[in-house]
Amino acid sequence: MSNWERFLDTFFNARVMARYLPDILYGTLITIELAALVIVSGLVAGLALALLRSVGFRPVNLLIVFTVDLFRALPPLVIIVFIYFGLPTAGLSPSSFVSTWLSLTLVLMAFSEEIFWAGITSIPKGQWEAARSTGLSYGQALINVVLPQAIRLTIPPLTNRTIAITKGTALGSVVAVSEILGMASSAVSNSYNPSPLTLGAAAYVILFFPMVVLGRWLETRMRWKR
Amino acid sequence: MPGKAVVEARGIHKHYGALHVLKGVDLVVAERELVFVIGPSGSGKSTLLRCLNRLEEPSSGSVLVDGVDLLDPRTDLNHARQRIGMVFQSFNLYPHMTALGNVTLALRKVAGKSRAEADELGRAALARVGLADRAGHTPGELSGGQQQRVAIARAIALEPRVMLFDEPTSALDPELVGSVLGVMRDLRESGMAMVVVSHEMGFARNAADRVLFMDHGSIVEEGTPAAIFESPSQQRTRAFIGQIQRH
Repeated sequence: MSNWERFLDTFFNARVMARYLPDILYGTLITIELAALVIVSGLVAGLALALLRSVGFRPVNLLIVFTVDLFRALPPLVIIVFIYFGLPTAGLSPSSFVSTWLSLTLVLMAFSEEIFWAGITSIPKGQWEAARSTGLSYGQALINVVLPQAIRLTIPPLTNRTIAITKGTALGSVVAVSEILGMASSAVSNSYNPSPLTLGAAAYVILFFPMVVLGRWLETRMRWKR
Repeated sequence: MPGKAVVEARGIHKHYGALHVLKGVDLVVAERELVFVIGPSGSGKSTLLRCLNRLEEPSSGSVLVDGVDLLDPRTDLNHARQRIGMVFQSFNLYPHMTALGNVTLALRKVAGKSRAEADELGRAALARVGLADRAGHTPGELSGGQQQRVAIARAIALEPRVMLFDEPTSALDPELVGSVLGVMRDLRESGMAMVVVSHEMGFARNAADRVLFMDHGSIVEEGTPAAIFESPSQQRTRAFIGQIQRH
């Protein structure tokens, strides 16, 4: 067996790949499910915190800033482990799926809150004043005038962050979520061959590449002429 | 001066920390009257204007617009503000909306018009400023002068009782100033009460009923344009008029 053949046999073993393809596909579905949930809940929670912060009530804002800084500072894996192994001692036993979802949601919430907040504060004061001077309430000015502009500004950093954090679904393998990496790892142990990992990598590319492209498309589409 | 008062501001003080920006200013604007406010930068003229619709919170004093006490906590400020149009130096159009969208937003959200009604009123307002054919354009596609005219349309669409202009032509290239002043002149002829903070002395001479000269947070002198520009009685007024007329 030449080196090249050995390489192919190790990472592109067709027999092993065929055998574990269904597992990887199942893992892909779990990853999609987890990723979609994280994106929705993380962005909604982040936007909600940013809106709450824009009201400008100091005690609330201090709490928001502390929470956000905390979850930006902690490595996502630490949060996952903490929730999965730590919460049961407090009488709650979230499943590995829920633990991973909750952890990544908190992280995406924290980062997206900062991005939304930066977007909101970057809108010139004159936009608020124009809106308020025509009789729009604070909330109406925020929803109709400030937020649409802020969200357009935040799309590039937001898509980057969202993709980066969503890829963290692979961390779920540590607490045995049967997502792509988890399924691939156990296939590797069962088959004594790393080829399933290649399949897993391919699945990630197929999954996240469209997200990257979608992000780019959104950036172009949401731009408006100045 | 004919007509009853549309704006009645009394004893307006404004402090920013230790800074005393307005020192007990009185300003009464009658129906159909155009009051022109001049003064060096930092004299408090913009702050005074912004107190008239409470974009700036007066530290003390009273502001009545169309008989409504703006500083009364029971006053529905958002409702009252429909009656007070404001035009800003930097236009402040909403860049993500078309000209028509800019004009109709408050009509729909504040005045409670249906989209069809708002569109109709919005198009009429744009026609009044000579931009009926630009309804579908976004601010980025319009010149500065056109943007400022859309901003005027946005305010007059709500049928205000008084219009406040905060240096409406200062951000414009010289060749675009005329179109905005033209719209303001039309508005004035239609009988709109107006308070204009500006350095457009030619416009003041032609269109103003009264000119106020402000300095250091007080009204130093007021009178007809002729009186203020030709024969000011105060030394500070003379110095200021001399400075702006030299260029």
